[in-house]
Amino acid sequence: MNFSGLIDNFGPLTVAGLAQGAIIALFALGYTLVYGVLRLINFAHSEVFLVGTYACLIIWGWFGLDQNSARPDFGAMLGYMALGLVAAIVVSGTVALGVELVAYRPLRRRNAPPLAFLITAIGASLAISEFVGVATHRNQRGVPPIIQARTVITIGNTHITNLQILIIALALVMMFVLDRFINGSRLGRGIRAVAQNPDSAALMGVNKSRVISLVFLLGGLMAGIAAVMYDLKIGVTKYDAGFLLGIDAFTAAVLGGIGNLRGALLGGLLLGVLQSWAAGLFGSNWLHAAAFVLLVLILMFRPSGLLGESLGRARA
Amino acid sequence: MRQVLARAIGGVAIIGLIAGAAACNKDSGGSDNAAGGSNCGYKLAFFGALTGSAANLGVNIEQGFELAVEQYNKQKGSDCITVAKFDSQGAAEVAPGVARSLVADKKIIGIVGPPFSGESEAANPIFDEAGIPTITPSATRTSLSASGWKVFHRAVANDDAQGPAAASYIKDVLKAQKVFVADDQSAYGQGLADVVKSKLGPLVVQSDKTEGDGKQTDFSALVQKVQSSGATALFYGGYYTNAGVIRKQLTAAGWKGTLLGGDGMKDPGLSKASGTQAAIGTVVTCPCSPPEAAGGTFVNDYKAKWNVAAGTYSDVAFDAANIFLQGIDAGNTTTEKLNTYLSTVNYKGIANTYKFTDKGELDPSLIKVWAFKFDASGDAVKDQEIKTS
Repeated sequence: MNFSGLIDNFGPLTVAGLAQGAIIALFALGYTLVYGVLRLINFAHSEVFLVGTYACLIIWGWFGLDQNSARPDFGAMLGYMALGLVAAIVVSGTVALGVELVAYRPLRRRNAPPLAFLITAIGASLAISEFVGVATHRNQRGVPPIIQARTVITIGNTHITNLQILIIALALVMMFVLDRFINGSRLGRGIRAVAQNPDSAALMGVNKSRVISLVFLLGGLMAGIAAVMYDLKIGVTKYDAGFLLGIDAFTAAVLGGIGNLRGALLGGLLLGVLQSWAAGLFGSNWLHAAAFVLLVLILMFRPSGLLGESLGRARA
Repeated sequence: MRQVLARAIGGVAIIGLIAGAAACNKDSGGSDNAAGGSNCGYKLAFFGALTGSAANLGVNIEQGFELAVEQYNKQKGSDCITVAKFDSQGAAEVAPGVARSLVADKKIIGIVGPPFSGESEAANPIFDEAGIPTITPSATRTSLSASGWKVFHRAVANDDAQGPAAASYIKDVLKAQKVFVADDQSAYGQGLADVVKSKLGPLVVQSDKTEGDGKQTDFSALVQKVQSSGATALFYGGYYTNAGVIRKQLTAAGWKGTLLGGDGMKDPGLSKASGTQAAIGTVVTCPCSPPEAAGGTFVNDYKAKWNVAAGTYSDVAFDAANIFLQGIDAGNTTTEKLNTYLSTVNYKGIANTYKFTDKGELDPSLIKVWAFKFDASGDAVKDQEIKTS
């Protein structure tokens, strides 16, 4: 154990962990939203994220940007960011809807048992990931330097970069917007109604199919934003990027209380920070192991996650 | 009615399959005769990664190997020696199963591979048991030759040569005073990093380990430790997939030091991930000569056949295949004879001259280690030969 590795780098590791955690949190929302409404783990959500990481790269590629491009100036950067976000959101949202339409809706029509959903979910996930793998020859793809990380705040030995602030702020803003949407809007009320009791909601005139599509779409949008942030932070993407981070995101959702939006945020940030600390204390190779041991410990005492599961119930 | 129909169709399909298989057998029987030459009709196998995270390294080797067999067949008749390819994905957990399917083919009398050390540890016991001689053109973990496999041969220097060479480069050429050492915990990466660590001694200020190749993408903790340690050089024992991401994240974080690594990082895949600019100056050692130094028409032939420039160890794989082919041509057409032949062979190839010790190591007098540096072309080009004493 390397205590000095953790103590000396405590500030920077925490900030780095928060940034990674913010991405995980946005990603985790997709799992939590779908679970909250359908009581179903959408394993294909990792690939909804994956296509987002490629979508913005492809759009940037149309403008001649690749990993070797020079850094764009500020105005161009804003333009590229907007384009990348729109591309990732549109593609991720579309794929999320597509997965729902192809892999879930036909089963729901036939009242398939939950296990069948699990298998189609895993099937859809593998199919998309393998398709991307074959199409990209399983090579890594480098991300153009859209945003150059630059230290903007220094506290002691902690240098916080513009990119880290952007990622964390964006996650918080999106979370706030989503929270308001679910808890404050008419469509959000529909989502909560279906989450609480699908049959009564249907009797009250809520269109269940539309609500389910909406939930998938929202998860896809958040995954799209997470995908762009991931590209900028990590700097490369690969056909299994969704799978690797998807495990973290799913874990974060469970940690915070699956089905609970604020829980996903808390779980994501916590998991990111824990992984970062574990990497500092035990070495980067322990990043996942240590965080997951802690997850087990937390779940032993809080089996339904830190904030409990409640998409519809709380503050309805 | 429907059931009857289904059965009928199924029956026809099965008969068709059997007939087809029989036809295939007849075909292959025919080609044996057609091959003509006395020492023909055998197979040489490539065993290694053709897909997977470090596939480029395997593909370089397979293509060099296949080119040698093709040129040999041009002299001897169109299909004298057949190439068999086995994709281990470079993964130690996949390798044993693939190795078993290899040894089941009794026509295979020699293997070029496995390229990586981890898969070698997993697959070589199976090849040893089957008695099929292997020549690895690139697995460099030192302990491989100490495992007592009678069929093991290594056509390059091991990490005992590469590690000290990397260390002496860091000390004498870079003149780094503070060095950070990290590895990916693979049989290869960890072995190499440990040798470098012990040779650098007090120059190593801190060390870390990462998860395996392609299993980790967020290296911010490693980057942070490297930065705060004040190291001006980072030696990473691992492969190009992780190394490219690490290089990119180090550069993004503003670290100006030099990244160094072994032959597993010597691939343009590194700069494709990190961006050419970030990769410039990254130094990799390799117990190999620069590809352009290969003798004969190899460089042009390779380019003509595969439409890419010869990569790391393509030339050594070409030589390894030719060592086997020379042996087969001389009438060593069983695995035992071929293995005995390898113990006395003295073959002058395009990349080096090959003579094996009784443990299957390259004769110490023939060892070469070069340093290569990534430049603006995005590839690692020759820097200088490192003296190994």
